[in-house]
Amino acid sequence: MEAAMDLMRRMPPSLSQQALDSLLALLPAHSSELLSRSDQPLQVAYDEEFDKHYLLCDYNRDGDSYRSPWSSKYKPELEDGVQPSPELRKLEQEANEVFAIYRDQYYEGGISSVYVWEPEDGKGFAACVLIKKDGSDGGDGRRGLLQEGAWDAIHVVEVKEDQERQMGHYCLTSTVMLALTTANRASGPFSLSGSITRQMESDISLEPGHLCNMGRLIEEMESKLRNGLDQVYFGKTKEVVFTLREPLGVMSASSHVGQTLQRMIVNDLAHSR
Amino acid sequence: MEDRISEEDEYEELADDQKVAIGKWFLLNAPPGQVSQVAKDVREVLMDERLYDQAAKEAFPEYNVKNMISLEMPDGSGQVLLTEFGQLDRSRYLDPRTASVAVVDHVKQVCTEVRPADDEDLPSAYVEGFRFSVDAALMKYVDDAFQGGECSVYCTKGKDVEKSGGEFELTVVICNSSYSPKNFRGGCWQSVWRVLINEELRTATLQGTISVNAHYFEEGNVQLESSRKFNDTVTLQVLNTCLAYGHHP
Repeated sequence: MEAAMDLMRRMPPSLSQQALDSLLALLPAHSSELLSRSDQPLQVAYDEEFDKHYLLCDYNRDGDSYRSPWSSKYKPELEDGVQPSPELRKLEQEANEVFAIYRDQYYEGGISSVYVWEPEDGKGFAACVLIKKDGSDGGDGRRGLLQEGAWDAIHVVEVKEDQERQMGHYCLTSTVMLALTTANRASGPFSLSGSITRQMESDISLEPGHLCNMGRLIEEMESKLRNGLDQVYFGKTKEVVFTLREPLGVMSASSHVGQTLQRMIVNDLAHSR
Repeated sequence: MEDRISEEDEYEELADDQKVAIGKWFLLNAPPGQVSQVAKDVREVLMDERLYDQAAKEAFPEYNVKNMISLEMPDGSGQVLLTEFGQLDRSRYLDPRTASVAVVDHVKQVCTEVRPADDEDLPSAYVEGFRFSVDAALMKYVDDAFQGGECSVYCTKGKDVEKSGGEFELTVVICNSSYSPKNFRGGCWQSVWRVLINEELRTATLQGTISVNAHYFEEGNVQLESSRKFNDTVTLQVLNTCLAYGHHP
């Protein structure tokens, strides 16, 4: 199983769906663990009753059916599919509405879904907030730059309440998967894809309410991730390319030529003392 | 989130050849420098030595050539680059620089034997003169720009041309790959340049492709893939002019 997870981390992210399918076929006995531990781009389903789309993940799945956050009904239909308790369902409905607004503000489009459930140990509750945006020419892309572009964010929050002190302990694990492909004539095909994961824990007063607390945490996390992605996707990969092949016209302290010069200068200085 | 216990508890077992195909697919897609870790994982996931050996036997030759692996030649004369241009057969590769043939074990990624090449595998003395000077200039360039890259020049067309006035093609290959697990990164740069020299028309046509792959995996898995093609024709003055052009794509 660990070998399978290691493989998932090494395979090119653009092939991650195929990698996961292959592993599921090879290790069917581990399928539930594989599905819950590996991150895949979110799939979309349509709720006819509410005329809205929703996102599919392990947390709204029961067998092969998925529950819509709008109608709370399973599709394909399931007679006694798992449902959240009435209080949790109310929180879930509010959360879906609030995050739809958040999503529209930050993403100018896209699809969001929130699912709430009670964890196995019965203490507190957990929620996942999913956001998906397709930025390609065919999707919501406004500027027409990307041939393919997909942002998938999965935020899982575990909440434990301390009623005595009126404090909530929030543990947030977030993963953003980003895939970009451009193919303009001048520079040829270029694709960058992958995911990063971060965690954050916080103790917040229960007064503003769970939705407000979770919302603020997620907003903060998404901003951090967005900046992190910038640095990692563009900064780090550029660094890797530079170590592979230096641009010869540029003199920098870390380049081969630069290092040789540095050594020479230091030697000269040492000798002249 | 809950799993239903259903009749699907008896899982459908994959056929052997399907398992081998999957193992092979994973090996072929291993990122630069990570094939041995991927191989270890595939071995565990297939849970059958026999199937793993089969997958490795099929995958490694393809992987090694696609990724232009370079192997140390046992007689100490340097490294041999495994590419499609130097491939004589499944386990023998030509090294034009030393005019020898290397026999390799793909799965172990080791060169087991080196022997001098047959005359029929080598270009004529006339073409070799050009190949040699391109190679010499190339090695200096690669040393400056790539720090650890490997390169080779093959004659891929017209190797029997004996005198001036004919046409022949040299293929220049550069490959640099790096893997630094403690920095969580790896990558590979491959350049393939085909230079078609027509002495009658006094032209050299250059066709090049550069492919880059970069992988960064601290707290995640980000991979970049890009490639770019170039095309140009220059008039022959001195062959080194062509190489100077190749420096600044």
